[in-house]
Amino acid sequence: MADRAGVLTSPAPIVRQDSRIQRFFLRHEWARGYALLSPTLAVMVLAMCLPVFMLAAHSFWTQNYLTIDETFTLANYEQALGWLWGAEGAKPIYIRLLWKSMQISFGVTVTTLILAYPFAYFLAFKVRRNKNLWIILISVPFLTSYLLRVFTWKIILGFNGVINSGLMSLGIISEPLEFLLYNPTAVLIVLAHAWAAFAILPIYVSLEKIDRSLLEAATDLGDGPFRRFWRITWPLSVPGVIASGLLVFIPTVGDYVTPKLVGGTEGIMIGNIIQSQFGKANNWPLGSALSIVMAIAITIVVLIFLYVMSLGRVRAK
Amino acid sequence: MSTRADAGQPVEYSPSKVVEGNRYGWLFVYAVLYIAFLYVPPLFLPLFSFNDSIYVAFPIKGFTFEWYRQMAKSTGLLDALYNSLKVGAVVCLASTLFGMLAAKAMTRYTMPGKGPMASFIMLPLVVPGIILGIALLVLTNQVGLELSLFTIGVSHVLICVPFGMLVLISRLEGFDKSLEEASLDLGVNAWKTFWRVTVPLALPGIIASIMLTFLISFDEFILAFFLAGNEVTLPIYIWSQLRFPAKLPSVLALGTLILTVTMVLVAVAEWIRRRGTATTKPTAG
Amino acid sequence: MATSDAIIKITSCSKHFGPVRAIDDVSFDIARGEFFSLLGASGCGKTTLLRLLAGFEQPTKGNIFIDGQGMAGVAPNHRPTNMVFQSYAIFPHLDVRRNIGYGLRDAGLSKKELDGKIDQMLELIKLPGFGSRAAHQLSGGQRQRIALARALIKRPKVLLLDEPLGALDKKLREEMQLELRALQRNVGITFVFVTHDQEEALTMSDRIAVISQGKVLQIDTPTSLYESPNCKEVAGFIGTMNFFDGTVKSMEEANAVVDAGPLGDVRTRPFAAKLPASGASITVAIRPEKINLNPSRPSASHNVIEGRMSAAAYLGDRSHYYVAVKGRNAPIAVAAQNVNAARSWLGGQDQPVWLSWREDSVILLDR
Repeated sequence: MADRAGVLTSPAPIVRQDSRIQRFFLRHEWARGYALLSPTLAVMVLAMCLPVFMLAAHSFWTQNYLTIDETFTLANYEQALGWLWGAEGAKPIYIRLLWKSMQISFGVTVTTLILAYPFAYFLAFKVRRNKNLWIILISVPFLTSYLLRVFTWKIILGFNGVINSGLMSLGIISEPLEFLLYNPTAVLIVLAHAWAAFAILPIYVSLEKIDRSLLEAATDLGDGPFRRFWRITWPLSVPGVIASGLLVFIPTVGDYVTPKLVGGTEGIMIGNIIQSQFGKANNWPLGSALSIVMAIAITIVVLIFLYVMSLGRVRAK
Repeated sequence: MSTRADAGQPVEYSPSKVVEGNRYGWLFVYAVLYIAFLYVPPLFLPLFSFNDSIYVAFPIKGFTFEWYRQMAKSTGLLDALYNSLKVGAVVCLASTLFGMLAAKAMTRYTMPGKGPMASFIMLPLVVPGIILGIALLVLTNQVGLELSLFTIGVSHVLICVPFGMLVLISRLEGFDKSLEEASLDLGVNAWKTFWRVTVPLALPGIIASIMLTFLISFDEFILAFFLAGNEVTLPIYIWSQLRFPAKLPSVLALGTLILTVTMVLVAVAEWIRRRGTATTKPTAG
Repeated sequence: MATSDAIIKITSCSKHFGPVRAIDDVSFDIARGEFFSLLGASGCGKTTLLRLLAGFEQPTKGNIFIDGQGMAGVAPNHRPTNMVFQSYAIFPHLDVRRNIGYGLRDAGLSKKELDGKIDQMLELIKLPGFGSRAAHQLSGGQRQRIALARALIKRPKVLLLDEPLGALDKKLREEMQLELRALQRNVGITFVFVTHDQEEALTMSDRIAVISQGKVLQIDTPTSLYESPNCKEVAGFIGTMNFFDGTVKSMEEANAVVDAGPLGDVRTRPFAAKLPASGASITVAIRPEKINLNPSRPSASHNVIEGRMSAAAYLGDRSHYYVAVKGRNAPIAVAAQNVNAARSWLGGQDQPVWLSWREDSVILLDR
């Protein structure tokens, strides 16, 4: 046929046959995907799986002053959990600390979620322009060092702190209040503050994703604002609330910085005990066993939580 | 009745009103209070960094630059700052690279076990830091490696990769897969396609990932605490200084400086992002 | 078409995605220089077939030959095909010139040669002077042309087009149909065109393959496809069709007499070459525009039936009528050109009317 465009006169390109390996990858999309994924997976295996495996191995060994005896033993677990079944010489401190850590973390999670939800709702439904500006606004305080942020709470809650000097200058109290700092409540306040911004984002995303016409439909069908929230907005934002809750709960159980700085003796958590096993107490196997116990305990709590949530959602249907 | 319908005027019912309601209601007041709750504690940093007293406590004494002067002279602090910058620079590049590879695999290929693999890579987000820290410490000790900035860096890459991957997945999902296919179709191989199409289009995400992972690494303490050798990063240095009241004000001075620099960076990044969206918005369908 | 001049040979090709058979044992040829359309509803496998040709997917079974060369294990970037994507896939970070020249960047051309080629392409797509426009400054129609130029500059043996007109509005789409057809004749490249729009396929194509559930139902010219579909599915997909189930009563010379239930005896001269056997179960199909609407009983002795007008739709150039016939649930669709002013004798609903048709208007299909 006539080539009036004149661009197609030169010879067509030659088809090139690829090598056998190239053909394998060409044929199998999964192989290409995994080839791309493999460096990242390797990092995860080497920097996470292998170390956690070693940690688990350690928990079955024994510390002999500076060396580690690598004979298999359950003694560390007996020391950690033995109080539950009345094993001889087992102390209740580890169980109690774990339980207390869970309680504090749970308190932190609930507090953070209750505080964050209205803000996320405001951001998703009330702010029309410059949503990014608000998001930046809530994240900027978290660009300061975590340690210094915890430390500033000491300034606020401390003996000569903002609250005490403020209340004294107003004449409400004559002596500084000592119960503000160095107790579990202080830990709770500081952690709730530290995780505030993280809790907002997943809730905000789940609220933002809600199709606005659903809300209009609910209104159209006669729901008032509260009924509409309860029947439409809340159920659809539950996944975000769950994500936020897990994002706050899991890391706070193992925190040792905040309790150490503002918790006092009453406010120490399981993380502090584990940390000390790798420091002053120098009993790595016991520390390993305690951290494994903590990880399992967290997993159980999370699974129970997810199970309860799924039951609730089935019933809602 | 018929006149209203014929006029074609909008009825009073306005959908946006129904959902959004009054903008400056009690929720707005709450939001302002919430922001105040977030900001008040960190704002004590600058306040006390200029306070002419060695004790970080009330009442405020007077204004001074002394702590900034001390900070500039403290070699321990500056070394720690330099170490943190070094670790942060390597970590943000490495984790963005690994995050990019994973994000590309997750968004562009169908493969069995994709969901579990994504969850696996995100695990560091939900495993308490202390466990990752001591696990790496135990392994390092077992294989006879020295604790150093390298071990800190490895741990930071581990916790930064999920963030990098999430940021880049959302960016890669934001543009059409057929752009990369078009490049292949036009005879450009996969490697060149990556550099000529994927990277330029994912650039905002790449920059966001680099910034985010740098900030995470720069401020990370829980893992670094277990994995630091002789050379320490800034958070570890700060931790060690918290026990010495005399050194504390200069740490606050540094904290203030870092806060200022990051705020400027975030503002610049947002400004660039806005300019970017303004020029790439299509003018015609 | 002669198979010896086939540029594409597809030999018992299958593509499975897990349990889904997107393409199920398909074989056919596409001739050199042909405008070939793949027509089917969404999800029928036509886009998968196009992607198999482009090399984005590899067949699970079978092979594809392009210009005599097997394409198994040939990457998309090594194939002599180029594609116009449904979304056009114009690179947003490059201007028009760089978009068009993208595929020749590594071809070792001097800047002058490349610029010359790009200018020629801009001329060809009637967008000269648009070279420095940014991608986001282009309208849908312009994007479509640039996607075309970007593919054509590579001198592909086959150009693949994935619903390239789907995103355009109706008027522009009709314009582009003609333009694309003219361009194809001009450059003489084989076009493989995917569409779900039967009118578009009929307008543009030399041949059309009708695809359903991963299988090719019929490959034919637009006329044959419309006038003599080979199965109920094709007949129903292309245009509108009235179907009647019936049994062959007898053969009278070349005519079949079919007992079509409520229609009574239908006499037909089968369009297709094959003659049905007496007693065979069969489907009688008649196009709406081939049925005449009469106010009183016409004089013909057969192929006449009485009904009542149940609905009418006036479409300007033509009208559609739906006529209810005793013993049949679905009304019979009748289309008539409004040559004169609208039929004045039509009183309205429930008016008795007579339908009639010619013997050679009837298509016999297997049930």
